[in-house]
Amino acid sequence: MSVIQDGGYDRPGIIEKPPVLAPGHTTGSVTDRISEVVTRGTPKWFYPAFGFSFLLMMLLIFSIAKLVFQGTGIWGLNAPVGWGFAIINFVWWIGIGHAGTLISAILLLLRQEWRTSINRFAEAMTLFAVACAGIFPLIHVGRPWLAYWLLPYPNTMGMWPQFRSPLVWDVFAVSTYATVSVLFWYVGLIPDLATLRDRSKNKIAKIIYGMTALGWRNSAKHWHEHEVASLLLAGIATPLVLSVHSVVSFDFAVGIIPGWHATIFPPYFVAGAIFAGFAMVLTLTIPLRSIFNLGDFITQRHLQNMGKVMLATGLIVAYGYGVEIFMAWYSGNPFEWFMVKNRVTGPYKWHWMSLILCNVLAPQALWSRRVRTSALGLWIVSMFVNVGMWMERFIIVVTSLHRDFLPSSWGMYHGTIWDWAIYVGTMGLFLSLLFLFIRFVPMISIFEVRTLLPEAKIKATGHPKEHH
Amino acid sequence: MSQIFHPSTNTISRVSIFAVVLTVGFAGWIAAALDRSSIVTRKNVILEQPVPFSHDHHVGEVGIDCRYCHTSVETSSFAGIPPTSTCMNCHNELFKDSPMLEPVRESFRNGQPIEWTRVHDVPDYVYFNHSIHVAKGIGCTSCHGEIDEMPITWKAESLKMEWCLDCHRDPASQVRPRSEVFNVDWDPSSLSNEQRAQLVDEYHIQSKTSCSTCHR
Repeated sequence: MSVIQDGGYDRPGIIEKPPVLAPGHTTGSVTDRISEVVTRGTPKWFYPAFGFSFLLMMLLIFSIAKLVFQGTGIWGLNAPVGWGFAIINFVWWIGIGHAGTLISAILLLLRQEWRTSINRFAEAMTLFAVACAGIFPLIHVGRPWLAYWLLPYPNTMGMWPQFRSPLVWDVFAVSTYATVSVLFWYVGLIPDLATLRDRSKNKIAKIIYGMTALGWRNSAKHWHEHEVASLLLAGIATPLVLSVHSVVSFDFAVGIIPGWHATIFPPYFVAGAIFAGFAMVLTLTIPLRSIFNLGDFITQRHLQNMGKVMLATGLIVAYGYGVEIFMAWYSGNPFEWFMVKNRVTGPYKWHWMSLILCNVLAPQALWSRRVRTSALGLWIVSMFVNVGMWMERFIIVVTSLHRDFLPSSWGMYHGTIWDWAIYVGTMGLFLSLLFLFIRFVPMISIFEVRTLLPEAKIKATGHPKEHH
Repeated sequence: MSQIFHPSTNTISRVSIFAVVLTVGFAGWIAAALDRSSIVTRKNVILEQPVPFSHDHHVGEVGIDCRYCHTSVETSSFAGIPPTSTCMNCHNELFKDSPMLEPVRESFRNGQPIEWTRVHDVPDYVYFNHSIHVAKGIGCTSCHGEIDEMPITWKAESLKMEWCLDCHRDPASQVRPRSEVFNVDWDPSSLSNEQRAQLVDEYHIQSKTSCSTCHR
């Protein structure tokens, strides 16, 4: 990778920016500090924290088992509201994943060097969020053992899936996304897995890390090919940041239900996804950096930048809400306009108001430099956004469906205890995977952070760097 | 630092990539083949029956019309399994002491129907109607094969959905004149494509492939 001259160290500017890497580090100290999180043994707090997440994951498995035995009748779905928590949670989780892809792919191509300290973690978050999201389309079909019917394969029914249905587009969008995310994450991990292989003292750990490092020997050829592969994968992943959530939004926008049938949906969903994703990255990195004392690598600069991205995407989302309302009025369509009035003043008005509080008002605090530079302040705003983005999907799914064209078919929707159990259960799955990731894999990319060091920059004279 | 892996690991790891791809592909192929085999479809599989009834004898040799026993085939979704009294029309005279026919006589004496083992059983979510197929010129042997040569009844076709759709997508491939529907010796090659198209037209046969045609 060519080294960025315009780094965070001595950049002249009106406001001095915090560095992307605390001063005083060397290649050795970077490797030591990050890899020791994995190699120095399991911290005491890990067991209760992982145990709690694992229990929630068991709740997920139990609830899914109940669902399989009893059917979707245990959920709160009813005649007007045929889409409920499963779709809400699917969109929520898949949206969260988008920050990881944006950080790892787009920011890599744009040479935003601050991404190097958080990309590994954000990509892992993407994977785990996609894993949680993927559960919902599978279980919402009611007979999950037949979910493979969504795939086009030469079956004995003599049929292909309905390619005109956005639900089939979803299958391709999400499976492509999951595949590319896994590959990108894993390719990025290889040099660090080799570092862990070389640093582990335990024989079994050496063998496992050795197998996953795929014979990495740190040769110049390896680095060159690794670099090419990373850039190619970044190129493949970049359109996915936009396409996946656009396709998810088609699930709604292609339908003719008032409140869904809108051209604003794809861009507004993508902005919402990045908004939600950065909120989740902040929610998780702020506690982790203080627990593992990684403030040297995830600095104020990172937190501030993520706050700014959240503010920008939050404004796009707020604009989307505004356009939705405006278009409903401007179209002159009485059903659209009724939907907006019902959304804002109807039985779900408190849900809508909490949505506006969480997604529109709370992020405005990020205009303030004091909030952006305060870890606690950012964390609180990010929690508002996490809740708000879930509310947004609830509003879109439920308020559009519950009062459609025919008043005789109106109804109300509430999640049952099993709806909530599955939702909370996926959080358990997410956290369990996250804790295992933190425990066994370096959560910050060691080899990429090394390129942020001053000594890496001094060598940058246009000649290819030598590794040994 | 000592070596963790033997140099041969390089080869093993490369080979294992192909092995995984081949294994997954092979497993998929096995699954697809099994699903189409008679292990799953029961096509050409002979089932145990209380009486070894032979269509070969009754239709092929004696020449009884299908409708003599399957009385409702032209008017109902179900072709009809004959009551024991239909058997006894002849068998109170013919082979009346044959031990093979003892279950038939016993059924006739105590009024308990014979419990035949069902050979053609479509799933409950499939709506199938014999009468419409017969009325549109689809012959018995189109689905039941050479029934007049079966010493005991078996399925001549898989009854998989793709098999249904083969004809529903192209009804001309199986159509015959209405007069030949019950003719087990009718030769499909006796019709030219033009004649088939003409029959499809004449009988107002539509290519019915919407879901609700069969899944109501």
